[in-house]
Amino acid sequence: MNMAVKIGRLKLKNPVMAASGTWGTDYLELSDAGKLGAVVLKTVTLESRTGNRSPRVCETASGMLNSIGLENKGIDDLIENKLPRLNGIRTCIIASIAGDDKREFKELAVRLSACKRVDAIEINLSCPNIKYGVNEGLIAHNEKAVYTTVKAVREATKLTLITKLSPNVTDIKVFACAAEAAGTDAIALTNTFIGMAVDINTGRPMLGNITGGLSGPAIKPMSLRAVWEATKAVDIPIIGIGGIMDYKDAIEFMLCGASAIQVGTANFVNPNSTVEIVEGIEAYLKRKNIGGIGKLIGAIKLG
Amino acid sequence: MKQLNAKILSNEKVGTAFYKMRLASSYLAKLAKPGQFVEIRCSKGTAPLLRRPLGVHRVSSLGIEVLYEVVGKGTEIISNKRAGEDLDIIGPLGNGFDLELGSDVNILVAGGIGVAPLMALAEGLSVKKSRKIHVLIGARVKSHVMCEGEFKALGCAVKVTTDDGSRGYKGLVTELLKKLLATHKVKTYLPDFRGITVYACGPNAMLKSVAAIAMEHGIPCQASFEERMACGVGVCLGCPVKVKSPEGYKMVCKDGPVFDAGEILW
Repeated sequence: MNMAVKIGRLKLKNPVMAASGTWGTDYLELSDAGKLGAVVLKTVTLESRTGNRSPRVCETASGMLNSIGLENKGIDDLIENKLPRLNGIRTCIIASIAGDDKREFKELAVRLSACKRVDAIEINLSCPNIKYGVNEGLIAHNEKAVYTTVKAVREATKLTLITKLSPNVTDIKVFACAAEAAGTDAIALTNTFIGMAVDINTGRPMLGNITGGLSGPAIKPMSLRAVWEATKAVDIPIIGIGGIMDYKDAIEFMLCGASAIQVGTANFVNPNSTVEIVEGIEAYLKRKNIGGIGKLIGAIKLG
Repeated sequence: MKQLNAKILSNEKVGTAFYKMRLASSYLAKLAKPGQFVEIRCSKGTAPLLRRPLGVHRVSSLGIEVLYEVVGKGTEIISNKRAGEDLDIIGPLGNGFDLELGSDVNILVAGGIGVAPLMALAEGLSVKKSRKIHVLIGARVKSHVMCEGEFKALGCAVKVTTDDGSRGYKGLVTELLKKLLATHKVKTYLPDFRGITVYACGPNAMLKSVAAIAMEHGIPCQASFEERMACGVGVCLGCPVKVKSPEGYKMVCKDGPVFDAGEILW
């Protein structure tokens, strides 16, 4: 069965990836990342970030809120300590980057382009839990900032670029088009939806950061709709993300036009879910007599 | 660690708010250490979604025991599971207590359900008969006092406090700790005395107070933290605890749940 998909110049053996912030080498004991199309690393910034105060996670109806705050040890640590540990894993490695302004994004892209182990870069414009210095808000909430940031990264690297956008916008098509015009190879949709929850016994917010990003099955219909809207607006591949728990969810995204998918929160529930999704898609294609994964992409039947 | 299906051998209510569950797993029987925990999947569906972290209460030749309080939907579902059912668990997780501190006197301070992992610790420590083990149990009311008999059976000296005085002393468990340390202090001057170690598990306010008392006396203190978790293995960075080192935070699941009290920014 042909499960391979292409994202820009990057060829993935199958369309299933682990999403940024939800995969780490700790999972190698529980699941074989070598069976995946790719893993997206935790977002890295130039300098280390300590992250947000506790509590950082909270369960909601069929979902979870998080406000981690991009805790990471910075680009030097990633290159010196983390990337070498990924050498034995037979899958594509996608680095995820975030910065305060286009200069920082550009510098990160330049540094990562020199790393052999990095196969592509995901530009994270949409973490809802931090304030970007210059914009005082999310880059992904300002289409001009999306354009200039992606363009700066595009000029800095030949690596395949994936731009991860925010669903917390009025019209996702505008932002998808801005990223495409700036030269991204693909668009990842969606990041988490901004939400909050309150503990009625203490009267306090459930998260230390008050608001956080909602993920998990609760957001799947909304993420799916965002993917569907975006595929009609751009010609580049879309990577579907949002509440994918099993192969059925993954196939929904692909029928709506996603060329590949990322699995996030499901990793916390079942660390082997990504591998099970690869196997599930393959079995589905066989069962349905569909000749290859390419025939599934955008094959939704309308009318 | 492994993700495995463990058969429930028993799951019974003890007291008014707690449950004790025995899980069969030769893997966990071999590897689980006092202070470690497991992540339990409550349901195959999406509500509740996340696993629930429960501390290892006891390690036996058959597997492990967990002692837990029903505090929400997840633990309620777990409490309704029957003997014979399989439970999807990941474990053993985290780092356990350091049993090799080699102290003559070991003081275990439990607050509420924090008593759960201290049972496994007491069993581990009691292997060396020369060790003196004190257990101080703090509970809200009489019916919440757990494991008193089991600790005594191990040869531990047990003292109990309750918030309302319905069992044992009335007041905070930390007051008992102060009293106990006052009586032991004199011995620290003896040349062959190999010291005192305090081990604590309970609410953060209690841990903070226990750590302060231990530090005042210059005694090592190991504190086991409770925190809401998502992954349980160090990937999601969702369970931070503030530390003094420049990194700012450590993760309760992977770096803990047991920390040296001196490491924590209280």
